[in-house]
Amino acid sequence: MTLSLFYLVAFLSIFFSLLVIFSKNPVHSILYLIITFFTFTIHYILLNAQFLAIVNFIVYMGAILVLFLFVLMLLNLNKDSEPLKSNLLKIIGVIGGMCLLVTLVGSTKALHLSDPVILQAQNLGLVKNLGKVLFSEFLLPFEVSSILLLSAMVGAVLLAKREPNNA
Amino acid sequence: MENITQAIHGVPLNHYILLSTLIFCIGVVGVLTRRNAIIIFMSVELMLNAVNLLLAAFSVYHNNASGQVFVFFIMALAAAEVAVGLAIIVMIYRNTHSVDINVLNKLKW
Repeated sequence: MTLSLFYLVAFLSIFFSLLVIFSKNPVHSILYLIITFFTFTIHYILLNAQFLAIVNFIVYMGAILVLFLFVLMLLNLNKDSEPLKSNLLKIIGVIGGMCLLVTLVGSTKALHLSDPVILQAQNLGLVKNLGKVLFSEFLLPFEVSSILLLSAMVGAVLLAKREPNNA
Repeated sequence: MENITQAIHGVPLNHYILLSTLIFCIGVVGVLTRRNAIIIFMSVELMLNAVNLLLAAFSVYHNNASGQVFVFFIMALAAAEVAVGLAIIVMIYRNTHSVDINVLNKLKW
C-alpha cells in the first residue's frame, strides 16, 4: 500500500494532465486541470508538506482556476470557435515535446540518483517551521513579492479597464 | 499523519524527477499544439506546478525548508502572472473577438 499510493496518484496526475491538453472543449480542459492540481495536493500531503498542500488547494484550485473559468465563461467561447492547428504543426509540436522528454529522462538516467526520499524531520513542511524560515532568511523576497502582487493588481485593473475615449 | 508520511518511505528520488519531467513535457506539448490562448496559459500553469512538485520533493530529500519557501514564492508569482495574463487575454478578445493566438502574429516581427 505504501509505495502503490504514490504511483496511483502519479498515474492519475499524468492521465488528467494529458486530458487537459487533448480535450476539445476549453471548459472540460479547465475541469481536468482542477483534478490535476488536486492530485498535486495529494502529492504534497504524501511529502508531509502540509502548508504547501493547503496553499495549493486554496490558491490554485480556489483562486487561479476559478479565475480561468470566470474568464472563459465571460468570453463565451464555444468549442467550434477555436480553429485547429494543421496536423503537420501538431505532429511537429508533439515530436518536439518528446525530444525534450527523451533528453531530460536521459540526463536523469545519467545521474544515477536512486536514493529513496525519506522525511528526516517530521516538522519540515509545517506552518511553524516554514514561517520561521520565511520571516528570517527570506524576509526581503517576501516583502518584494508583496510589491509584485500590488503591481500585478494595478496592472490587471489598468489592462482590463475599457478606455473611455473609444468605448 | 504518521502513517501517511510513512507512505513515501522508499519512493526513489528519480521517480519524482521522472514524474515532474513528464508533466513538464506535457505542458510543453500543450503550448506547442494548441491555439487557444487560455489553454496555452493553462499549460504554462501545468509546467509551473511540475517544477513546484520537484522543488518540494528535493526539499524533503535534502531536509531543507528553503525549497518549500521557493514553492510559496512561485505560487505568489503565478497568481500575479495569471491576473495580468488573463487581463491581456480579455483585452485581446475585446479588440479582435477571438482568443486565437494566430491573430497576434504581428508580434513575431
